[in-house]
Parts: sequence; structure tokens; C-alpha cells
Amino acid sequence: MTARLVPEANDPIAPRAATPITITVNGEPVDGVLGQTLAGVLLASDILAWRSTSFGDRPRGAFCGIGVCFDCLVIVNGQRDVRACQRRAASGDAVVFHRDAPLGPSGDR
Amino acid sequence: MDQLIVIGAGPAGLAAAVSARAVGRPVVLFDSSDYLGGQYWRHLPPERPARRESVLHHGWERFQSMREQLEADPRCEVVTGAHVWAIDHGRIHVMVGEADGTDREARVYDAGAVVLATGAFDRALPIPGWDLPGVFTAGGAQALAKGERVRVGERVVVAGTGPFLLPVAASLVRSGSTVVGVYEASRASRLVRHWTARPWELLATPHKVLELAGYASSHIGHRIPYVTGHAVTAIEGRDRVESVTISAVDGSWRPIAGSERSVAVDAVCLGHGFTPRLELAIAAGCRLSAERFVEVDDEQRTSVASVFAAGEITGIGGVDLALVEGALAGHLAAGGRLHDPAVRMLRLRRGVLRQFARRLARAHAIGENWTTWLTDETIVCRCEEVSFASLCSAATTTRSSGLRSLKLLTRAGLGACQGRVCGRTVEGILGARTPQGRLSGPRTTDRRPIAAPIRLGELARQGERTTSTKQRP
Repeated sequence: MTARLVPEANDPIAPRAATPITITVNGEPVDGVLGQTLAGVLLASDILAWRSTSFGDRPRGAFCGIGVCFDCLVIVNGQRDVRACQRRAASGDAVVFHRDAPLGPSGDR
Repeated sequence: MDQLIVIGAGPAGLAAAVSARAVGRPVVLFDSSDYLGGQYWRHLPPERPARRESVLHHGWERFQSMREQLEADPRCEVVTGAHVWAIDHGRIHVMVGEADGTDREARVYDAGAVVLATGAFDRALPIPGWDLPGVFTAGGAQALAKGERVRVGERVVVAGTGPFLLPVAASLVRSGSTVVGVYEASRASRLVRHWTARPWELLATPHKVLELAGYASSHIGHRIPYVTGHAVTAIEGRDRVESVTISAVDGSWRPIAGSERSVAVDAVCLGHGFTPRLELAIAAGCRLSAERFVEVDDEQRTSVASVFAAGEITGIGGVDLALVEGALAGHLAAGGRLHDPAVRMLRLRRGVLRQFARRLARAHAIGENWTTWLTDETIVCRCEEVSFASLCSAATTTRSSGLRSLKLLTRAGLGACQGRVCGRTVEGILGARTPQGRLSGPRTTDRRPIAAPIRLGELARQGERTTSTKQRP
């Protein structure tokens, strides 16, 4: 188990009912609620990494959560390089992970 | 009267806007987020209402009243989704729209009088394995808890230095995580030395002391160990965090051999202080202090007469100081007088809170030997995946002391985040390995002429589509 949405029934802030939305992640449907960022939807669905690095092909996801580190970049509806922690999710958003081909030792693809 | 432009709608910017309006000056308030409040009052969006959201916040009523007042005021133009990307020749360039969008509205404002309240973000020092998914900055975990109601893990360790680790741990607990411990690298002797020095100063800030004591007692209530003189010195896992190594450290933060123990966790929150967001202040021509904050005078005025600064960019001081500095900056930038009775009280309070901030900074300074927990392979620049060994060898083999040439050689700090995460760390590592023991030249990693990411297409369209807002009321 890892990142999770706080269950509404146990949440001390007493949330009111949220509006469900559905986005697709690499073609698969993923449920969220209106007002979440894309990073929020992904993390709440236990998706911790959604990018691989160019040199080491290492997994990355959210790190700073406030738009500073650019680790959480995704492709949304064909737009590249969108910070998932800064973009609100809209129903029907098509999220695709950045999977750059790893660079060779000389930096060539 | 010309409008006052306030950049940043956290505590300092909100207070500045409110006090500028109180003296009658029209205000334009920018924030890059889609809601006001900054990182401190990061909250759920209106689409996710909650009856008791205030339990996650301090000073929530004050925030609500400032927000409501400004939003209802026709002479305050609140512009959210406002990405201020440059200040150039007295003009402020703003892209308005969703974050990293492709079709945002380009606006240009005259920088007549400006209050900069751009805040700060968490600094996280590199640790072997800190690039694994499941490692977050302390502020990131806090933002996800407050703004998303996402808990970053089930068993979480919080590590680094500074009092901010305590509210982060408290937020994690309120989100249902088990916090296995808060590890403060400063040793108890250092904390005690700075907390007990000049105790009479603390009499003026009893609520700050009580706030910290409150966190400490709630930690005991939740049975979270608060351990000083210890650090997370390695993070292990295959494709995500599985465990951490916790070590005792000496006064310089060098791990003490034989003290290591492994603890299973699924998330790590790191905070080693804060880095001010200085891009816009530098672009505006403001002078920085030796400690690399925006230098301000008694009036919160920077070295550029028309530009004022408030909050964390003038020194890390927390929300109370940010509110006071913001109120002063807004009042004075809007044409209020320094000798108004209300201002006298604010100035006195600012002095007291600055003493408190200096005390915290001394108690939680980064130990000079922290790099001894790095391995050759540890990634220092996360974006360009530059290892500790390659940084060291670039500095020692070239014997260069120029930051620019060393950055170009190693690519450290040249990636997507433009050195925001690693910049000061890279400067420290390189500087210590130059023949002179420091980098030469005036440039630092704080300088970013393009202060927020914009797409080339938007830039190309800017000439034809820019809305000049000089004549706005």
C-alpha cells in the first residue's frame, strides 16, 4: 500500500460529496473527483511514477508537489510537458506517460 | 492613482493587498495558482467542499476574511492562473491561463509600484535513493495532504531540519498515515543552545513557542518519536521506496559509523529548510543580501525604489512575519506613511519576529559535512541525472571556479527545473572543490530570466496578441 485518498468517512475535515470524474491513463480508465490535480488522481489511484528519465530510464512521479521540480511531467490530451501537480483534471482527459527512449552513452537516442 | 501590483497571494501578498486597499490604492494581485492562499493556506478547491477544513490550518479565519475582502473589492483585480514570467525594462509579462497551457492570454503591465511576495519552496538535500518514487519534499507531502487529501504513504518517515517538519508530521497523521518518526539532523545541544540564548526575546513571542510546544505534545499524543541528531542517510527500494537507513550524525551532520539502522517505510518526506523564489526580484534589479535574500529597508523597500518585497523572499520567517511584512509593504508601497500609529506596532512586531527567525536559522543551519552521506552514484541534479562523482570530477579535473562553465560541462542545473531543486547544492559541492574553495563570478543559480515556463508557440504569438493593461482602472 502506498499513496491513497483519505477515506471520506474517516476524514476529520468532514468532506461533502465530491463529483466523480473519469480520465484515461495510457488508455485505461482511472476514476477521480472534480477538483483534483492530475497528480492527485494518479496518486490516489496508487500510481506513484509516471515518467522515466532520459539517461537512467528511472521512474519518477511527484516530488515537490508545488510546481517547482518538474519531475511530474505528463502528456495530457497531446500536450507534452505538463506538470501533473499543477493541472486540474477534467473528465475525459487523456493522460499518457512520458517515456523517452533512453539516451545512449554519447547522448544519442 | 496608479495601481499597485502585488505578485504572490500567500500570506505576505494577501496582507500587502489588504493594507494597500486600506489606504485607497487600486491593486492588481497575481498568483500562479488557481486559488489564493499560497503554500501556507493551500486548500481544497471549491469543487470539494468540506465542513471542517479549518482543522488542517492555522489562521484559517484570517485567510478567509482577507480573501473575501479582496474578492469583493471592485478596486482589487485578483488574477489567478497568472504566471509572471518576466520583468523587463519596467514591464511585467504575465501568461494567464492553466498551468503549462498552450493557449494562454499574454498580458503586459507597467511596473509602476510593485510588491514582490513570491515566497519560498522546500530545500531537500540529496540522499542516496532520493530520486525513488515515494520520496517527497516535506512541503509536497503537506500540499498533497491539504490541497488533495492524498496521503503520500502508510508508513512515512519525516527527516531533515527545522520546525516545519512538525506541522508536516501532524498533517500526515491527520491524513491517516503512520509517521514512524521525525528525524531532526541538528543535535539537541545545538537546539538547546540557540533556544535558550537570550531567553527574554522569547517573552515577546509566546504564541510561537506555544505553537511549537503544541506540535511537540501532539506528537507525544500520537506517539511519534521526535529524534534529534539523526538523519535519513540512504533510501532503498527497487522502483519505489521500501526502506530507509537512519543514522546518528555529529554536529557537522557526518553520519556516525555503526549507528545505522534500517526502517521499513513506503514514503519519505524531506525538508532541509527553504529556498526563496528570487527570479523576479533579480529580474527587477533588486539587490540581494549576503545570505541571498532580497535586501529591504525599514519600509520593506528593495534597492529599486518602486519595488517592495515581503515574506520569505526577504528571509525565512514563517507566516506571522510574512503577514506583518506584507502589511507594511502594502501600506508603504501604496503611499501610506511610515509614522502612522498602526505602522509603529507592525514595525515593533516585525523586529521581534525577525529575532525569532534568526534563532531558528541558527538552530537549524545545514551541517557542513552532510555530503559525507552521499555515494559516488547519488544523483544530485535530478533533471539531468548528474551524479555526485561527476560533479566532483568536473571541479577537480578542470580546476575551474566558474559556475557557468562547470554547469555547461556537467549539465547540472540545466534541466527542466532550471536548478530550482539542486542549484544551491550544486554551488556548494562545486565551490568546496575549486582551488579557491569557492566559486568565482557574480552569477548564481538563482538567476532565471524566464521565471516561469512558457511555450515557444506562446512566445511567438505574444507580439500579435498581447493585451496591454496599462490603462486598466
